[in-house]
Amino acid sequence: MAPRPRSRLHVPHPPARPGDPVDFSYVRTSPAGEMPRPEVAAPVATLAPLANELVRVLGDDHRAVGAWDPHLEPDVLQVGLRHMLLTRLFDERMQRTQRQGKISFYMRSLGEEAVSVAQAMALRPGDMLFPSYRNQGIYMVRGRPLVDLMCQLLSNTRDMCKGRQLPVMYHWKDGNIFSISGNLATQFPQAVGWAMAAAIKGQDDVACAWIGEGSSAEGDFHSAMIFAEVYNAPVILNVVNNQWAISTFQGFAGGEQATFAARGPGYGIPGIRVDGNDFLAVYAVTQWAAERARTGSGPTLIEHVTYRAAAHSTSDDPSRYRPKDEYERWPLGDPVERLKSHLVALGEWSEERHAALAKELEEHVTKSWKEATKFGTLTEGPKLDPDLMFEDVYKEMPPHLEKQRAQLRAELAAAAAERGAERG
Amino acid sequence: MPKMNMIQALNSAMDIMLGRDPSVVVMGEDVGYFGGVFRTTDGLQRKYGEQRVLDTPISEQGIVAAAIGMGVNGLRPVAEIQFADYIYPGYDQIVSELARIRYRSASEFHAPVTIRTPCGGGIRGGQTHSQSPEAIFAHVSGVKTVMPSNPYDAKGMLIAAIEDDDPVIFFEPKRVYNGPFDGNPDQPAVPWSAHPKGEVPEGYYTVPLGKAEIVRPGSACTIVAYGTMVYVAEAAARAQGVDAEIVDLRTIAPLDVDTLFTSVKKTGRCLIVHEATRFGGFGGELSATIQEECFWNLEAPIARVAGWDTPYPHAFEWEYFPGQRRVGAALKALMEAA
Repeated sequence: MAPRPRSRLHVPHPPARPGDPVDFSYVRTSPAGEMPRPEVAAPVATLAPLANELVRVLGDDHRAVGAWDPHLEPDVLQVGLRHMLLTRLFDERMQRTQRQGKISFYMRSLGEEAVSVAQAMALRPGDMLFPSYRNQGIYMVRGRPLVDLMCQLLSNTRDMCKGRQLPVMYHWKDGNIFSISGNLATQFPQAVGWAMAAAIKGQDDVACAWIGEGSSAEGDFHSAMIFAEVYNAPVILNVVNNQWAISTFQGFAGGEQATFAARGPGYGIPGIRVDGNDFLAVYAVTQWAAERARTGSGPTLIEHVTYRAAAHSTSDDPSRYRPKDEYERWPLGDPVERLKSHLVALGEWSEERHAALAKELEEHVTKSWKEATKFGTLTEGPKLDPDLMFEDVYKEMPPHLEKQRAQLRAELAAAAAERGAERG
Repeated sequence: MPKMNMIQALNSAMDIMLGRDPSVVVMGEDVGYFGGVFRTTDGLQRKYGEQRVLDTPISEQGIVAAAIGMGVNGLRPVAEIQFADYIYPGYDQIVSELARIRYRSASEFHAPVTIRTPCGGGIRGGQTHSQSPEAIFAHVSGVKTVMPSNPYDAKGMLIAAIEDDDPVIFFEPKRVYNGPFDGNPDQPAVPWSAHPKGEVPEGYYTVPLGKAEIVRPGSACTIVAYGTMVYVAEAAARAQGVDAEIVDLRTIAPLDVDTLFTSVKKTGRCLIVHEATRFGGFGGELSATIQEECFWNLEAPIARVAGWDTPYPHAFEWEYFPGQRRVGAALKALMEAA
């Protein structure tokens, strides 16, 4: 008689660690154009396949196929390519400036540019965005000058955060982009609250929030889904499954036995699993979800299957926990290359035009950097007034903070006097 | 002047603000159709509709987060956490988010959220329905933390909190919802109708946040208290025959240091009384702050009376509760010292 099976603690392991051959056999894909596109008001119960298959529009031949093709004009695609390329070049340059010690910290979105850019383009300017820290593409789409972003990274005298936030934690009220938190996933249920208020006020703006697959393990994910479903909130909740949460692979967030999109139907919310490196597919599912939310059919959960090609941050070294050549072998390719190839296949783009665009954008980044550094860097130039530390804690400064501000002023004045005396 | 208990006064505050300001919404577990487990929101959903007085899922994290999102989108949510003991699932959203949004966005964004929550013991609630966690909010910059002790203040301060553009954690000492409580559970309950603070105007008024009140002037010592303990302190001072000046703090943070300093400089002796646990409690902050400013006026060490540093036990509620005997003994020692 076979021994009775016993419970054993399962500790998930990624298919490959450094030195192992890359193995992406766990990433299930569907052929481009295969998935049907339901009506936006379709009942949740009819949408289950969308959560388990993969919505793709761009085929291996770089043609757009199937019901999800959003039929965008070439000039719109070119704008999308431009925003994605700008995001990438901006990231590359900021990474280098961090290595040069000009900024303290940076986080690139390499390989994930389509998620932010296609989604922001598919939404209306009045729709409220609740980003995570790898969504800088939304700032490109909504047109925030690079200089402003760079000044935030530099914590200089033009820093929108007045020196209070780690680099990349931007915000933009006029652009309808919420402040980024370093506490993961907190923005998910906040976006639902924003959407509930829009519904209470009878507006047709929608909210759109992003978290990584890793932080979908937080209770905030559950709170967001429950409130979104209960109140039928006009919100798009995105899980960017880039396979890696620093060193833990997506299995540690619960991705081994079910897709992240499949959590949606469990809450009574449509879940769509989309090829996150396919600009057209991301655009199309976002358009669908936005229309569904705007017309009273409620929330959608979107899982973007993508790959974090860069390190988690400038403080991270991914060669310690994953094979170096994973990104080269990532089955869904590179989002910039794929949109570029699609435009080339349409006869609306060329290598020459691409090179010229890259050159133009690089010059734009260089020029912006020169402009931004005029307002100070970590090491040189004008500095923010430390007085600012005490502002905006409350709308009006309470007496104890006034007192502490005076104390710091005295401390700094004494230090300056000492330095003066030393110089003699 | 109409007579109201604290629940009616709080209800009146929300009623008035829902009526005056279309951006005010009330939300929480059981607050809508049912009118709240303490009846504090009774009738509000019937009057203002279910779009403005919302029942919520049992998710304090979700309640706080949704209120933040609503606040960012121009509403003024008044969120109820059914018991202060239940607030911890929402703590990250309060500390890392609600308290920081204005600061981290350099005032581009803010969320004018009021979080109401019943606190304190003496109601046979055991360790999960009796806590007084005000100190762990007082420690957080960016939120205001208040605890009114009577119907008049409760209404005026709740209106002020709702109108405040900063987030406010509004603790309601539930043992005094129905009447002032002197700490002796064997005495017949005294209703608010028999107390001057139970006289509450029908209409709109505010009691400013950040201002303590001297509820009993005196010259022998200063007793600093808030919530239920104001009445216990009064009774203890009366029993001891001590001419104590009793300061009802009302707002925990930002602290009204001027009222405290003036009183302690005058009396030269200070007793701090709170129901929350002693170690790391707000009494420590009060003691240090008063000592730094009033040391040369003090005739005796500052004394503290608090709950024991244990969870709030169900079966030993009155042995735990810092009642008249404990406050009285501390007061006697304070007066006999030096």
